[in-house]
Amino acid sequence: MTGLTELGVAAIRDGVREGEFSAREVAQAYISAVEKARLLNAFVVETPEHALAAADAADAARASGDLKPLSGVPLGIKDLFATRGVQTTAGSRILEGFEPPYESAVSARLFAAGAGMLGKLNMDEFAMGSSNETSGYGAVISPWRRSDGGNAPLAPGGSSGGSAAAVAGRLCPGATGTDTGGSIRQPAAFVGISGIKPTYGRCSRWGIVAFASSLDQAGPMARDVRDCAALLEAMSGFDPRDSTSLDLPVPRWEASLDPDLRGKRVGIPREYRIEGVPDEIGRVWDEGIAWLEDAGATIVDVSLPHTRFALPTYYIIAPAEASSNLARYDGVRYGKRVQPEQGGLTDMYEATRAAGFGAEVKRRIMIGTYVLSAGFYDAYFNRAQKVRSLIARDFADVWESCDLLLTPTAPSAAFALGDKSADPIAMYLNDVFAVPASLAGLPAMSVPAGLDDHGLPLGLQIVGKALDEQGVLDASLALEERAGFTARPEAWW
Amino acid sequence: MSVDAEIVRHIAKLARIAVSDEEVAALAPELSNILGWIEQLQEVDVEGVEPMTAVIPNRLRLRDDAVTDGGIREDVLRNAPAAEHGFFAVPKVIE
Repeated sequence: MTGLTELGVAAIRDGVREGEFSAREVAQAYISAVEKARLLNAFVVETPEHALAAADAADAARASGDLKPLSGVPLGIKDLFATRGVQTTAGSRILEGFEPPYESAVSARLFAAGAGMLGKLNMDEFAMGSSNETSGYGAVISPWRRSDGGNAPLAPGGSSGGSAAAVAGRLCPGATGTDTGGSIRQPAAFVGISGIKPTYGRCSRWGIVAFASSLDQAGPMARDVRDCAALLEAMSGFDPRDSTSLDLPVPRWEASLDPDLRGKRVGIPREYRIEGVPDEIGRVWDEGIAWLEDAGATIVDVSLPHTRFALPTYYIIAPAEASSNLARYDGVRYGKRVQPEQGGLTDMYEATRAAGFGAEVKRRIMIGTYVLSAGFYDAYFNRAQKVRSLIARDFADVWESCDLLLTPTAPSAAFALGDKSADPIAMYLNDVFAVPASLAGLPAMSVPAGLDDHGLPLGLQIVGKALDEQGVLDASLALEERAGFTARPEAWW
Repeated sequence: MSVDAEIVRHIAKLARIAVSDEEVAALAPELSNILGWIEQLQEVDVEGVEPMTAVIPNRLRLRDDAVTDGGIREDVLRNAPAAEHGFFAVPKVIE
């Protein structure tokens, strides 16, 4: 029943409940889709047995009238989430073979809600990248191709590139992602799907391999806004094991979805109109403005004056936190160990880390080490934390005059693999529109809005106030209903 | 900010990453470029601005001072590249 892979999260959940098909049929259809799509390199590990066991439990639960919120839904799990007994690498060779003896809080919540796992999804190494090319397990290939007849392999975005490719290629109805500086939203935009980064603290970071702890936040990626809302409800919630977890009830986002934006003011930040961005990005943005007006929103021109400092701020704070977090990969407790002959303990650390980390991870650890080193801490790290305060204050000020912001998600459509990998700063610029909301901890979502001249998806981003995921989801739904985005990649793999 | 080979070697030493001469030669201009680009933050007036400490206001919680974990030595050691007699094993550090 290949038709079942046409169904998203809510449709599967509802269909299983209504008895239109069994959860096992759904799991089998998706397992077969995953097997046929190995060329895309979206999965690092496949776990059909996990998906089938959850499906059988769902079918039994239906028989006994005991269904859970995600019973029957098989998901892809980004390889940044620790999964008990299933290899978890964070896209790095240094963790090859690591099988956590524990389950991450977010994946545990999803499984407790009845979901199953189709496998672990490929990603940029330690979530450091915007194209998936830094993965130690090879780049993910986007299911999309340009309409010019060329078959240049395209980047699915990053760092949640495996998640993006798997959802867009109909290999899973939804997936987990994580977003430190755009790693859910930019890949979602590149492959024409939806993805939301909730408010910092909504999803527990416990069991997520740490990159930059003050920014890392999990969120769902799926085919539409409703599916994202359903997944986010299951993923969110207080966890005492994460000191930054928010002790707040999880709203019923899906049931409350409402695309009527009358009474809402949507800000258009003028600093996001930047030079060198293709005209088609501006065109889609203007369409988005018209759609939100049509949904009843009032459009207001607003200013976020420190926007252009967000990326350099991010590229101090994130590498600094990474250099500290990644100090744990020392070849002693888990992962790879390289022991030079006659060498001592320090030689082992240095050889292990030299062999285990890829070039981008080393680059960021070294930048982070430098900005934290004696004599430079104030000039770099402390100054960046002050600018981060100013960026957060910009948002606080702007909420005086609007409730939400509308911006493009990324400054371009997907690029070809290899196009930007030689120039780190060109790669970093991909996240120019995504990073400010990350630095301020705000909820932000990308939804597909249209196609560029080569037939590739373009996304729009909604940013909301802290804890206003509902407002973000509602405005995203209003965009989705008007964009009528039905384009999808042809299954060439 | 210009990063030379000597600085690269110093940072690599602090970060405990072995680097070859070739890597040092490649990293020096790369790190210089990135740090030069970051330099634009010097333009921002941060007089009187407090550095950010928590992005979303949150109260740090206290929990009871009680053992909540333990007795899982096998689990803890299971992924170790080398474990002996119930401990992590490392190269000899004391002659």
